[in-house]
Amino acid sequence: MIAALTRVFGVHNLALAEDVVQEAFCRAVEVWRLRGVPENPPAWLMATAKNLALDTLRRRRTARTYAPELGRLLDSEWTRASVVEELFAAGAIKDDLLRMMFSCCHPRLREEAQVALVLHILCGFSVGETAAAFVISRPAMEKRIARAKKILAASKKLFDVTAGPEFLARLPAVHSALYLLFNEGYHGASAETAVRAELCQEAVRLVKVLISHPRGATSATYALAALMSLHAARLPARVDEEGNLVALSDQDRSQWDRALISEGLKFLELSASGSNFTEFHIEAAIAAIHARAPDAAETDWKTIVSLYDALMETRPSPIVALNRAIAIAQNEGPDRGLVAINSIADKDRLATYPFYPAAIGELELRRGRPDAARRHFRAARSLSRNAMERQFFNRRVRACGLRPSALRLDPRS
Amino acid sequence: MSEFTFLYRGSDPSASPEQMQKVMQKWVAWFKELGASGHIKDPGHPLERTGKVVKGHQKSIHDGPYAEAKDVVGGYTLIEAKDLAQAVELSKGCPILEAGGSVEVRPVRIMNM
Repeated sequence: MIAALTRVFGVHNLALAEDVVQEAFCRAVEVWRLRGVPENPPAWLMATAKNLALDTLRRRRTARTYAPELGRLLDSEWTRASVVEELFAAGAIKDDLLRMMFSCCHPRLREEAQVALVLHILCGFSVGETAAAFVISRPAMEKRIARAKKILAASKKLFDVTAGPEFLARLPAVHSALYLLFNEGYHGASAETAVRAELCQEAVRLVKVLISHPRGATSATYALAALMSLHAARLPARVDEEGNLVALSDQDRSQWDRALISEGLKFLELSASGSNFTEFHIEAAIAAIHARAPDAAETDWKTIVSLYDALMETRPSPIVALNRAIAIAQNEGPDRGLVAINSIADKDRLATYPFYPAAIGELELRRGRPDAARRHFRAARSLSRNAMERQFFNRRVRACGLRPSALRLDPRS
Repeated sequence: MSEFTFLYRGSDPSASPEQMQKVMQKWVAWFKELGASGHIKDPGHPLERTGKVVKGHQKSIHDGPYAEAKDVVGGYTLIEAKDLAQAVELSKGCPILEAGGSVEVRPVRIMNM
């Protein structure tokens, strides 16, 4: 809705578009309470927003302050309703979403501001909800969003998705934003919970909009869609019924969403065109190996290690190095895993990351050194960012009092 | 450039909503064309078919105008064109013509005092 309304009012009138959306929802609450929920609620909301937009156009003096691309067409009753109708048509909406997505990924905005805008404007998260998503305070997020909207407004028009080179130039930023969004939901660090499926769902929804556009459906986009689908497939098993985080090796794989897995594998196939090999391709390939494996023991860890080697070349980071070390441990045993962990460059950047000491703890446990393991799990527990993580590490601490149990590596999965 | 008025007559009042929608899309297309070539001074508006008519020094008020459908002015647009001939050419794209209606093309009268 907001994407279509921004097209009508112009990107510099984003606030007006938001007001109309707000008003449409208010009306829905009032009317539906009296007359019941309509058969097609989204269609009702769209129609209401459209009529509110027309009313707004009629009330105000001149349309010259609106979308410059539409010019005088919003001025006259000859063309006003028709044009608005066109802008709200189903086919146009998808294009509008894409335009808005690309507009949000404005190069003058820092990445975190881009993702905040995507979440707030495109996904309709409130400022408070967006703040929670990125673990920053509400006032800080308000500032970030306000500043970002100013920059957006200054650009005068929405991004032109038909412009060839600019589209391709901005596509990587859009990919990054969607990847970050997905990650926040999957590996989030919010104070309430480690997993927020709705963020993952929004990211998947938006990447599919990207794919539905002929120019957006690049090899990298397919790879991104693959990795999102394959990870999202594991969400049902990632958290058990009591709300506890479950490590990959312990997950009940019968809970994995088979439909999402097959969709992800299909996207992976589609991504195997051309020679453009991005980090998304590698991560998707790793996820595919997990998706195909019946359990942790029968997973092709050797290939996973070489994929992590490739990822370290494309996008080196301490976290990637850590995951690689964990895979090495799975493939060659805990001693080799520990050597790999110790040789991680920039280890200090992992100082506040609880899964770093936790990984060492798992390996110590596997080496038959429960006391050392307990120490590391306690360290991990003290770095917990939410109750879910704390619970998880607590259980690992307690497990050190028992006989060394089966390997439970990579709890981040 | 001079100014001209298009006065439209003969629109079909009995058109269904679907027909109306199709017709309005044609108007949008025509206006887009005229606007792109810089000929629209003011797109104007369609008009309700009836209202009131105020007459004479008595300023008597009547309902109306009651005229035949084909004679009622259905709307107007202000145009900029080189001359009357060009204005007439521009009017030929008006969708009301294919519906059997008409466009009256009247130059704006320059009043020099």
